Amino acid sequence: MAASYFDVDGTLVRTNLVHPTLFYLLNQATPARTLARLGGALLRAPRLALAELRDRRAFNEELYMLFRGMSEDRLHALADEAVDKVLRPAIYPGARDLIRRCKDLGHEVVICSGALDFLMVPLARELGADQVIANRLEFHDRVASGRMIPPVVAGPTKALLIREHARRGGHDLDASFAYSDSYSDVPMLSVVGHPSAVNPDAALERLAHAHRWPVVHLDRTP
Amino acid sequence: MTHPCVVTLDRKSAPRVLFAGNRLIEVDLPAGTRVIYPKPPLEGLRDPDAAIRYAINHPYNREPLYALLRPGMKVVIAMDDISLPLPPMKRPDVRERVLTIVLQLLADHGVDDFEMIIATSVHRKMTGPEVRHIVGDKIFDAYWPKRLYNHDAEDRDNMAFVGETDLGERVVLNKKAVEADLVIYVNLNLVPMDGGHKSVAVGLCGYESLKAHHNPKVMRKCHSYMDPKTSELNTVVERMGKVTNKVLKVFTIETTVNNRMFDRALSFLHKNEDDWTGNERLAFKGVQFALDRTPAEARQKIFEKVPSPFELTGVFAGETEAAHAHTLKRCFEQYCVPVEGQADILVCGIPYVSPYNINAFLNPLLVQVMAQGYLFNMYRNQPLVKKGGTMIITHPCTDRFDHAQHAPYVEFVHRLLPETRDAMQLHKRFEAEFAQHPAYLQMYRRGNAYHPVHAFFMWYWGEAGRQHVGRVIVVGADNGYIPQVLGYETARSMHEALEMAKDGAPSSPQITCMHLPPIVMADMVMPRSHGAAT
Repeated sequence: MAASYFDVDGTLVRTNLVHPTLFYLLNQATPARTLARLGGALLRAPRLALAELRDRRAFNEELYMLFRGMSEDRLHALADEAVDKVLRPAIYPGARDLIRRCKDLGHEVVICSGALDFLMVPLARELGADQVIANRLEFHDRVASGRMIPPVVAGPTKALLIREHARRGGHDLDASFAYSDSYSDVPMLSVVGHPSAVNPDAALERLAHAHRWPVVHLDRTP
Repeated sequence: MTHPCVVTLDRKSAPRVLFAGNRLIEVDLPAGTRVIYPKPPLEGLRDPDAAIRYAINHPYNREPLYALLRPGMKVVIAMDDISLPLPPMKRPDVRERVLTIVLQLLADHGVDDFEMIIATSVHRKMTGPEVRHIVGDKIFDAYWPKRLYNHDAEDRDNMAFVGETDLGERVVLNKKAVEADLVIYVNLNLVPMDGGHKSVAVGLCGYESLKAHHNPKVMRKCHSYMDPKTSELNTVVERMGKVTNKVLKVFTIETTVNNRMFDRALSFLHKNEDDWTGNERLAFKGVQFALDRTPAEARQKIFEKVPSPFELTGVFAGETEAAHAHTLKRCFEQYCVPVEGQADILVCGIPYVSPYNINAFLNPLLVQVMAQGYLFNMYRNQPLVKKGGTMIITHPCTDRFDHAQHAPYVEFVHRLLPETRDAMQLHKRFEAEFAQHPAYLQMYRRGNAYHPVHAFFMWYWGEAGRQHVGRVIVVGADNGYIPQVLGYETARSMHEALEMAKDGAPSSPQITCMHLPPIVMADMVMPRSHGAAT
């Protein structure tokens, strides 16, 4: 049986990892805490920018440090609201149709994202996806440490996790599909028999043309 | 007595000028070669708008259009896409003329609930500028994209079951058309396989209906698909069209154009090379010189930028079959040249354009469509070439595809054809997989790509030709791989190709060259001394 693996940010939704993070920063228990969190984020901004230039994993690690000190309960309690207010309105017009057609083929639809699991699970439900491979925050005494539990879902690691998922689920990778918008996901796209570039960045679009992969624009209405 | 459009070459004859993609080449053909030229263009109608008004007021087997209109009714106007005519015509396009008159008529009768759908079936969606070209600025600015839009065969919520033929063929069409009180179809009938029931029953359908006739079994039984009477494709489409017209109220407006494909600068391409004036020869040499020194991409762009000066030659409206009978008559009048006796070797230049590569490159799959599909099928009665004969084509067969339009074709050519060229095998083993390919379907729905099954249809389109022709030899291919994948042999020159073709042919083979474009059809007459032809 085949599976369909989807990156999320920029692929199925127009937001990126920063948008839901900002939602959490802006929705602290008190205005004072919100201000403190935003201030912390501003101080961290240069490091985030540098990390983004270095690689996606480093950026994720820097970004999720902003969650340090938030309680697990609060993160989960706000997750549905974050999906409602930030992610659902940002779902591309064609995303649901694409996923529905993957399911019509009998594919297991798997979200494979560097975003956090407590956001990806409700989003997967919303989109009709079956499984989630996403980053998990480390908690000590139900308080986020800001670090991620390895393996960190980003770049080449996505490819390894997809291989592992396929092995466990008995999926034939040659018959499987993968979708992403980013050049950083080329490893993930390369492990399946049917890769597709979705709303691709310039580098991925060039590569997709060179390899003659399908290039899909879910941001367009039919 | 042979027709003036059939010329037999002698030793003094000038070389013939053929298309080889977006270049023009001169080829020396042996004395005795028969060259079939297109007929001169029929005279265009002096007052096209008056002809359109007359046709819709005096329709065949139907009340006049105005008598079908009442305030408050729902009307859908469907129209042919940019695959017709070839190349796209100079503005105003015939569709703009017809739509302008029809929309005025709707307004005069208080009909304001109407939508215009471009009947693309599984063709690619037309871009805004392309739609503007065919409907004109005024209509485009007023209605695009809310009330003037492309058909979407994969919009499941907007397709409706119409009925089933006695043979179980399911007719599923665009729901807007099914629910309308009246469907007005605006056709531009370039070749005899266009129009008639094909307009609504194919143009507004989806894969579920298309697979009833766009399959290798049906295509093998088309002799030819340019002759509706002997085309199995047409038979099935007619069956489904009759079911359609029982449920939908359809008012058909069909139009024909002449074959004035080239403007004055290139009008020498209509003529026998031996009759060229000094100026025409000079013009040809100039064009050839310029094209040879222009990069391939720019050459294609040059041709794409030059619309054709087609002229309207007929407008026929009313009930679908009744109107179409007149359309066909006018089409055959323009294209059919009587030709006596089949050829052992058929030579054809493959031009830069087909119905499926407007504003794109003619990729290898479309070269096949042109050779064993369209050009092979340009006959009535019997094929121009004998069963088992040889077709020689001129084209570079470049391994190049337009990614936005033809992405599924790439996989078809590079993954499937190396496995098998057998249309039945391709149909059984791979078609369903492509039909459901999620990414290709999104490219069709949200971009300007052909539906993934269209690649298969293109292969089936060449099926009757493949079954009939013994060999295809391509002259001027810039690579060996594509011809091999397509099942073609290659030759470096026309001379070499003819020598190869003579191997296995009778000692003095009959060689015929079809000199097109513009379009010409062979109306085959068998010599009296011959028995029934195959």
